[in-house]
Amino acid sequence: MIKLAADGIKEVTTPLSDADVESLKSGDRVRLFGVLYTARDAAHGRLIALLDEGKPLPIDVKGQIIYYTGPSPARPGMVIGSVGPTTGGRMDKYAPRLLALGLKGMIGKGARSEPVREAMKRHKAVYFGAVGGAGAYLSRYVKKVEIVAYEDLGTEAIRRMAVEGFPAIVVNDCHGNDLYQEGMKAYAR
Amino acid sequence: MREIHVSAISDAVKKLCMEANWDLGPDMLRAFDQALKTERSPAGKQVLEMLKENAQIARTQKIPYCQDTGFVVCFAELGQDVHITGGLLTDAINTGVSQGYTEGYLRASIVKSPFDRKNTGDNTPAVIHLDAVPGGNVKLMVMAKGGGCENRSKYKMLTPADGPEGVKNFILEVIKTAGPDACPPLIAGVGVGGTFEKAAILSKKALFREIGSPNPDPALDAIEKEVLDKANRLGIGPQGYGGDTTAFAVHILTYPCHITSLPVAVTIECHAHRHKEVTL
Repeated sequence: MIKLAADGIKEVTTPLSDADVESLKSGDRVRLFGVLYTARDAAHGRLIALLDEGKPLPIDVKGQIIYYTGPSPARPGMVIGSVGPTTGGRMDKYAPRLLALGLKGMIGKGARSEPVREAMKRHKAVYFGAVGGAGAYLSRYVKKVEIVAYEDLGTEAIRRMAVEGFPAIVVNDCHGNDLYQEGMKAYAR
Repeated sequence: MREIHVSAISDAVKKLCMEANWDLGPDMLRAFDQALKTERSPAGKQVLEMLKENAQIARTQKIPYCQDTGFVVCFAELGQDVHITGGLLTDAINTGVSQGYTEGYLRASIVKSPFDRKNTGDNTPAVIHLDAVPGGNVKLMVMAKGGGCENRSKYKMLTPADGPEGVKNFILEVIKTAGPDACPPLIAGVGVGGTFEKAAILSKKALFREIGSPNPDPALDAIEKEVLDKANRLGIGPQGYGGDTTAFAVHILTYPCHITSLPVAVTIECHAHRHKEVTL
């Protein structure tokens, strides 16, 4: 579900429908509400291995958003440690398989490959950028965390995070637009 | 002969690791403010403001500035009049890393083998570069080096005929290809000369210089300023969202080299430029 807040920022609540995704355009600032699943290199490797074996995944990705991050440990009494995005491109090898299963959003930083951008158009999905290196700042928007799979991977385990107002920007929309390319073109001199 | 016990080394490294991750240097904070004056892109400005606030939260709440608390790179300068007692210097440094990362709630990001990829659990071992120097002190320079930007570092063997223009073009090419992936605004540490490994080590050591300070060699200073200006005309901007602030600094260190060679190494560093040093 998406609604436009008074300050012009789109408030996006998970899960996402195709119509939600279609309404998002590259460059849109958003605040995310609901659930984000964390997964990065090692967890993606295991998820794809399960798909190769025809086995079910430990999370249902349909309509969901995966946040590419490996948080730092929480101090006692805190929900989570620092929790900024990691480079999305390292998940390019895996992402199209998850998009085909109905994954609607990914959060990371850095450019995605052509096959991933094509898969986002085909399956209606969006790639959000969160500010890399702003992990302390972003931790304030995480309200609850639980590990749902692969606890042995430590920081790379899959976590279900409840977020309220998590700030991000649409980098790649499902219409083929790319904020990185457009931004660079606008400011190169 | 001055004696320094390994526990003093471990304690110092522990403190440096924690402080580096919580407390971004004043030169970086000045760089954010300076960039906010010239950045034209609204999205770029928002990123810079967020990074300033992020630094403030990290410092006051002792939460790491970035969740990637890095690979510890330690340059240790051991005075020749010092005798380390109670154990090995390298073990002492690694003990300090282990304690700092465990007690400081910093992320363990190191896997024991590049192939089986099992996490060591305490961010050890560090990458340690040891130099023997005159005197009776030990200088420890610690950097928490992020992985995302490290992945965009590059190396090239130019020929002497490529000259300074070839070096400048290569640094710029590395910054451009790093693009949004390496968390700009970036810092480029550059090592020129020496052998294959010497240039790479220099490219790391160059990062320890204060941001905004001139290169003591006027010819190198001119190259740094020219490449920085060109980098900031690329349009990549903060986080790659488009803008004028793609890099904060280019720092070059050189070493004599073979008549046949012009090695250039560029270490790409993100705005999470975390390093501290102490002299014991």
